[in-house]
Amino acid sequence: MSWTRREALLGLGSIPVLGAVWWAGASGAVGRKRERSALLEQLNIQPSLPGAVPAISGEPVKVGIIGFGIRGEQLCRSLGYATDEWVAAMEAEEALAKKEGRPFTALQDFRSQDPLNIRIVGVCDIFDVKAELAIRSFSTPDNPVKRYATHTDMIRSGEVEAVVIATPDHWHAPMSIEALNNNVHVYVEKPMTHNVAETYALREAARNSKAIFQVGHQHRQTLSFKTAQDIVDKGVLGHVSLITTNTNRNDDNGAWNYDIHPQANPETIDWQQFLGSAPEVPFNKNHFFRWRKWWAYGSGLSGDLLTHDYDRLNCVLKMGIPKSVMASGGIYTHRDGRNVPDVLQANFEFPDFSTGSSQRAGKEKGMTFTYSATLGNGWNRPTMLMGHDASMELGNRLTIWPDSGSTRYAGMIESGDMSPQTPIYSYDPAASSLDGVSSATSQYFADKGLMWTYVDGKRVDSTFLHMREWLSVIRNGGQVSCGIQEGFEEAIAAHMTGLSWKLGRRIEWDPQGQQIIPVEGVDLDAVLLENPPGVGQYAPNVVAAL
Amino acid sequence: MTSTSNRWGPDQSVALLRILIGWHFLYEGIIKLYNPDWTSFGYLASAQGPLKPVFQALTAEAVIPWVDTLNWAALVFVGITLILGVAERLGALVGVGLLLLYYLAHPSWPGMPQINTEGSYWIVNKNLIEAVACLVLFYHPTGKLFGLSRLFSKKPATSKTKVL
Repeated sequence: MSWTRREALLGLGSIPVLGAVWWAGASGAVGRKRERSALLEQLNIQPSLPGAVPAISGEPVKVGIIGFGIRGEQLCRSLGYATDEWVAAMEAEEALAKKEGRPFTALQDFRSQDPLNIRIVGVCDIFDVKAELAIRSFSTPDNPVKRYATHTDMIRSGEVEAVVIATPDHWHAPMSIEALNNNVHVYVEKPMTHNVAETYALREAARNSKAIFQVGHQHRQTLSFKTAQDIVDKGVLGHVSLITTNTNRNDDNGAWNYDIHPQANPETIDWQQFLGSAPEVPFNKNHFFRWRKWWAYGSGLSGDLLTHDYDRLNCVLKMGIPKSVMASGGIYTHRDGRNVPDVLQANFEFPDFSTGSSQRAGKEKGMTFTYSATLGNGWNRPTMLMGHDASMELGNRLTIWPDSGSTRYAGMIESGDMSPQTPIYSYDPAASSLDGVSSATSQYFADKGLMWTYVDGKRVDSTFLHMREWLSVIRNGGQVSCGIQEGFEEAIAAHMTGLSWKLGRRIEWDPQGQQIIPVEGVDLDAVLLENPPGVGQYAPNVVAAL
Repeated sequence: MTSTSNRWGPDQSVALLRILIGWHFLYEGIIKLYNPDWTSFGYLASAQGPLKPVFQALTAEAVIPWVDTLNWAALVFVGITLILGVAERLGALVGVGLLLLYYLAHPSWPGMPQINTEGSYWIVNKNLIEAVACLVLFYHPTGKLFGLSRLFSKKPATSKTKVL
């Protein structure tokens, strides 16, 4: 070997190494990107962008709050009104988080929320402490918040244009109907009604009213659900035969054992008004603060939590009311005197529904929606849509995996362009951009809850968006996303579940007659409202103590 | 005649180490450079240990694009200098700095959950080892043995450490 050649090799030999590594990295990254865009192009999924909502123009909307409990306070914050106590508590929490080096942004998020053109002018709460809290926190010298003794007084006062109803379930329909009959706009929490008859009565009232009616299923604002709609419409999943939704909670708050306020007593609470149409029982703090545990005022898992999952899917699939419902479960984890089940499984049948098919016509039709819940375990089970061609996990993020037996993707799976273990699509509104194939790492971080939902780069509360939509429609006209028809379907599905659990039998829906098929010798509404005797027998000491 | 002429020895081994570390840095940098979707957000947002607030502050919306750019630029810089054997001491130093930052963002200390690691570590992990390897490169430059520095060197190739 000559001296010069050896010198050149040792002097310049590193350049090809540099070139090779650079080329390998660049062509790999660009090639993967090209494959991803080819795949995405083939799937043709359009990620949803936040819809433009016309401004709430003109005079501020005069809003009255009916029910200023846990949810009522949250709704007020979404409207831009926080109590002094909450701000103080959040400041303390923020300071603690800072000390411990944890991120904590609740207060910052609240403060950066866009202001809504509204004024809270009245409050109606039958617990003096809560009503006074709202008045003290929300009144200003030029806008004193007025307290009304009853919802009727508020609605008929002529001083309130719109009401936000966050009361126990048995008051939702009577209050909504009263407001709609007086053309006062309504935002009511779910479930929309407490029994079957009032579901029809409320639908009638909404149809005859000039007022805007919205049910509080705020997740209809979640961008990923709108994208999910596009995915299903384009047949990416093929025929979906099974949907699994779940609730897993394992704490007192999740089991509706909320704190009992020390100042609660018959003097500070209007007990008769609380009871309303519910059976007469003596003053009971447990019933008042933890009303979700009794059929007399609430509707347990079926009305409280299943409705969220049902409406989430009804918003994506528009599958409507199930043909039949079968539910089972029991009080297995909190035998504390409650009479609503705390473990519940419900199967909804949609025998005529299809999301489309990639196979020969007529082979596939029908779908089961299953809801599985326990208040005695906190393991997070994702919502899954299971199709012949792909499975989709539906949450704030969307992830789609091709199915090994898929007809549509058979060629791509065989050629190795797709693998059943690797997502073909992942959508995360919080990520900087859309990614065709999610990496294990980004998956992990998203699962950790580190990636939030953003609208235009800002973290936003979906309840705020839902209320803003309602207020915008009040001022500008248009359609709300969870109006009376959506609310009707949600309420009927919930009531069918409650009835099935209570009667231990299949409950069927007649789509032509638009009614739950009667069960001979049974008054369905009476069953739904009935407090089953003996269910609370397990913990008489707990019941007596309260 | 020097010890470096024909026979494989410590110098050649360090030069090989330099090329491999440069290779690793360059590839990591290039992958990020050519993937506009890449961001260090997740890595920083999930930081642990005493410097957690510092790393999390870097995830701020206004800061993160700069952090991302600086990161791939530094990786590519270290990669180029170490592979080519020019400014390799500066490259090695930047490499030490980067690796220590990675190490401190997710230290493999007892009591801290190990996120996305493919092995098992107690205090010492691969970032720390590579940082120390960069330290060796800093104290033992080999660009004149294999690299562009050889061309600029007036003297024929000699080893700094060992002359017979």
